[in-house]
Amino acid sequence: MALMRITSPHAHGPQKTSWVMQQVLLATVPGLIVLTHFFGFGTLINVLWASILALAFEALALKLRKRPIGFYLGDYSALVTAVLLGIALPPYSPWWLITVGMASSILLAKHLYGGLGYNPFNPAMVGYVVLLISFPVQMTSWAPPRGAGELPGLMEALQACFTPGNYDGVTMATPLDVLKQNNSLLVEDLWQANPQFGRWAGVGWEWANIAFLAGGLWLLYQRIFTWHAPVAMLATLTLMAALFYDGGSSASGGSPLFHLLSGATMFGAFFIVTDPVSSAVSVRGRLIYGALIGILIYLIRVFGNYPDAVAFAVLIMNLAAPFIDQYTQPRTYGHVKSGGGD
Amino acid sequence: MTDISYRELSLNGLWKNNPAIVQLLGLCPLLAVTGSVVNAIGLGLATTFVLVTSNTCVSLIRNVVSDAVRLPAFVMIIASAVTCIELLMQAFAYELYQILGIFLPLITTNCVILGRAESFACKNRFLPSIYDGLIMGLGFALVLVLLGGLRELAGTGALFADMDLLFGPAAASWQITVFEDYQSFLLAILPPGAFIFTGLIIAVKNLIDARMQAHRDANREKPVKGAKRVRVTGTIS
Repeated sequence: MALMRITSPHAHGPQKTSWVMQQVLLATVPGLIVLTHFFGFGTLINVLWASILALAFEALALKLRKRPIGFYLGDYSALVTAVLLGIALPPYSPWWLITVGMASSILLAKHLYGGLGYNPFNPAMVGYVVLLISFPVQMTSWAPPRGAGELPGLMEALQACFTPGNYDGVTMATPLDVLKQNNSLLVEDLWQANPQFGRWAGVGWEWANIAFLAGGLWLLYQRIFTWHAPVAMLATLTLMAALFYDGGSSASGGSPLFHLLSGATMFGAFFIVTDPVSSAVSVRGRLIYGALIGILIYLIRVFGNYPDAVAFAVLIMNLAAPFIDQYTQPRTYGHVKSGGGD
Repeated sequence: MTDISYRELSLNGLWKNNPAIVQLLGLCPLLAVTGSVVNAIGLGLATTFVLVTSNTCVSLIRNVVSDAVRLPAFVMIIASAVTCIELLMQAFAYELYQILGIFLPLITTNCVILGRAESFACKNRFLPSIYDGLIMGLGFALVLVLLGGLRELAGTGALFADMDLLFGPAAASWQITVFEDYQSFLLAILPPGAFIFTGLIIAVKNLIDARMQAHRDANREKPVKGAKRVRVTGTIS
């Protein structure tokens, strides 16, 4: 876990890796329930299939690296990666898409760099970005939410995943996408014209975001991570949205509330940005790290070409995290301030 | 230097001191144009041609050109060879010339070529220099083709597409579709794929080397247990 050099007293917390990972898994449950309620069984099947693959790939990588398989499988870290990627992927993704994603996450992003604790990039996000770059069609087709379209049943959902050739899915642009493509309607009219918009943001998306926020707050209460990075990220995202919000013209980037409750905002803030391995570790560093991710998310969402931005923003800042740590290393009490990072 | 063995030169160029995966020279074209086999063959041939030409000329003039101006002279020779190959490709493989684009003139700056001129051709006689250029070029081209093949296969599920760009209309039917109904995997064709596959090739090469070394070590005569070693002190001259 995060190796921050701190002074005594070195009080021990009871946190073990496996316990922390279990808490993270538990905290995703409300979000999973909401996603399943609004988008059908697709996300659950994603998560299950990804979990099976994660354990298989993890075992394979550990065997090749001659590490104790049982010990490392027991830390649940592969499962967390699988659940995070399964949630991030569009529901009703075909099995091979999830397989390629999990292989990239576990083999490429995690074990090629030395396994848990040594990966400079968040494995789930690497898997997501590999897929987004390679298979843009599959990755940008999201199922319509409950109310805006018919939800497939369990059998149909299984069919969509394992025999994708026989399945005709219905897809619909996500609210973020609709807002970005829009260049003629006022935001208010856009809300009227499209069934996927809900009370504050998209139907389903707003509740999913609130559920992930709840899970995140619970993790915060359990002291799995500190508040700095997520709060900084949400604050700068809000600030950017407020600065660029023009009251709802056709060129508007969307209101702050819309951005807070759209796409992967809350999921990213509490489950991705807080990754102890690939993020900055000092307190000031976490604030900077989170704040820059928030700014990047807004810029890529509104001015970029991809439907959501959390994965790209997080990966870019993963690159910058060691640099941020270098310049924000806390000064040991009694030592003179050194002249900038050295 | 009279004791250069051609066997040693071949082994160096193709494996032990391969310009692409051991010296890691010329990575820019290696990563940029190996999206397909035909691009890789085109650039590999062009680079080999330039290497042979520049090595030949450099070994011929090595006793005439003074040390102070040797680098400018080498670069002039290389640039002329590159211009030749550029004009040739423009004449005989125009589509490929367009695809390779800036990477053809950039062969001038490929470190492999100046490296061989500086470290081999300017110290050796005519024939070994030609041979060194040829074998180093082949070593580079083989890695290019291997990488191009891997990336084309992973990226599109087929091999040898568009070979008619280089080998004339008869080669248009050379394409082999390895996987039917394949979702194209764009990452392999994009630059990140080049980095990942180059890394994998280097890893496999190192693995083979390590295995061979282990094999050699196992076969070496083991010292007899209890045998005394002659103690040597002082300097040996």
